[in-house]
Amino acid sequence: MATTAAPAARARWRSADRGTAIAFVVMVLLFAAAPLAVYPVFLMNVLCMAIFACAFNLLIGFGGLLSFGHAMFLGMAGYVSAHAAKVWGLPPEAAIALGTATAALLGILAGLLAIRRQGIYFAMITLALAQMVYFFCLQAPFTHGEDGIQAVPRGRMFALLDLNNVRVLYYVVLAIFVAAFLLIYRTVHSPFGQVLKAIRENEPRAISLGYNADRYKLLAFVLSATLAGLAGATKAIVFQLASLTDVHWSMSGEVVLMTLLGGMGTIFGPVVGALIIVGLQNYLAPLGQWVTVITGAIFVVCVLAFRRGIVGELGAWWKKRHAGDRPTSA
Amino acid sequence: MTIFGFPTQALFGQLLIGLINGAFYAMLSLGLAVIFGLLNIINFTHGAQYMVGAFCAWFLLQYAGVGYWWSLLLAPLAVGAIGIVIERTMLARLYKLDHLYGLLLTFGLALIMQGIFTNYFGSSGLPYQLPEEFAGALNLGFMFLPKYRAWVIVASLLVCLGTWYVIERTKLGAYLRAATENPALVQAFGINVPRMVTLTYGFGVALAALAGVMAAPIYTVNPQMGANIIIVVFAVVVIGGMGSILGAVLTGFGLGLVEGLTKVFYPEASNTVIFIIMAIVLLIKPAGLFGRER
Repeated sequence: MATTAAPAARARWRSADRGTAIAFVVMVLLFAAAPLAVYPVFLMNVLCMAIFACAFNLLIGFGGLLSFGHAMFLGMAGYVSAHAAKVWGLPPEAAIALGTATAALLGILAGLLAIRRQGIYFAMITLALAQMVYFFCLQAPFTHGEDGIQAVPRGRMFALLDLNNVRVLYYVVLAIFVAAFLLIYRTVHSPFGQVLKAIRENEPRAISLGYNADRYKLLAFVLSATLAGLAGATKAIVFQLASLTDVHWSMSGEVVLMTLLGGMGTIFGPVVGALIIVGLQNYLAPLGQWVTVITGAIFVVCVLAFRRGIVGELGAWWKKRHAGDRPTSA
Repeated sequence: MTIFGFPTQALFGQLLIGLINGAFYAMLSLGLAVIFGLLNIINFTHGAQYMVGAFCAWFLLQYAGVGYWWSLLLAPLAVGAIGIVIERTMLARLYKLDHLYGLLLTFGLALIMQGIFTNYFGSSGLPYQLPEEFAGALNLGFMFLPKYRAWVIVASLLVCLGTWYVIERTKLGAYLRAATENPALVQAFGINVPRMVTLTYGFGVALAALAGVMAAPIYTVNPQMGANIIIVVFAVVVIGGMGSILGAVLTGFGLGLVEGLTKVFYPEASNTVIFIIMAIVLLIKPAGLFGRER
């Protein structure tokens, strides 16, 4: 029996893998075709926020660490990349790389502090650190306070691609998104990702097996911060603006909401969540502060009734249906 | 007269402001600690409830002509009652889940409250008339102490010490501490733990509202006032650790003073000094000054 069980398990694994691959291709094709029907600037906002949410999800969904201060990476990287492009005149790829590197550095510092406490304290510490970064950005001269850094030049990427052409810019952003998405997928399915999950499920046990839990958590935190920084740096170039909005705590809350709504711990959830929340903000903007109320209400509904999120619920429904379909084959 | 080259008037003035801020940090972190002890939930709504408390006082004065003293009683009762409804209908469903869901739910509730109030009252802030009894200041010889500020400091100390006394020295407090350690066992002894949990949440929230009423004449009544203070209070809680009531109170007042001093000596850092202290405490004593590892 053992000999037949192993291939069966492998076959099941493969079919799950194939499902993900198909979903991935469909997602990329949809995004690639979307500018024909939808305003590209809106889509680029969705893509940037999707990178941000995927990065956040890496931490909460697979590491079980709730960071309530991820805006510090998004915002700080945005400021550095905008400053590098505008004041230092660096080409966009260098500006984005510099912004991302800054976020990574900030991630190391914040991570070293935050992983010293767990659970609820981790959330409070990251929130407090992000608030500190917010005040820094409010006061530091190079960020220009309330005005932010405006009119950031987009320039030519690799001296080749003219980013002032919105179509070119869109596909560059899509490429960055796909690269970040694949990196996260690869990380989650690597031995590193498996250890991370083990730590999330039972940290003392993982430690007793000889894993240095703090080092794994720190690495996950830094990776997540780096990718959040990539999102922020790209966003600053795309919108030619770095502002306080991106460092504010409400941005940290937004990314939590995107991930929660889409499905924590699912690969595609954050993308779906980002699409819905950015869409809501875009189309409900005339309602002013009611958007905050609606955002809060979605939080409440998700936590009370909908904890697996959209993709999580769909996945559970799919699994259940399949289990009902073929009870004999399992 | 100067100390370290700074005029004493400015120094004592900032220290007083620091002490006032510290009084609010202490009351808010106390409520957070009490709620966390029994419910294992970090009440993100705490700041919003503080703001709603201040608005309650403003409503009572504006539309019903009810003055400050009655507001001190009525606003906490009203906000506490809303808190009890929130606990019964929403938080009670989350106790068996990861603590993080409590944080997320209360964050959502805070956004709802803040959004509604911003929508109707804008973000500019409404003035609250200082009660007549408190007009004027006391001359302490080295500085003038406005009467109302003296009252806030004394009243918040009384509230904090009262809470400490109830929790540490009375039978009710003993039940509460026992239920924090082992709710199932306390329930088996015939004590209605769920009701106690509900009332504790109501009490913690009422404390936030009371702080809000006391803050109304000092700061303007503003929908954003809660969001700004709650993050600092989180840092205070991380620094103090949530294990001890007196620890929360001491840390609150102490950090308020430090913040005040920073405003005198290095004003650029006054917004961030508490977060910097938090980082240092995390490096040296991760469990917090008065906390214990668990």
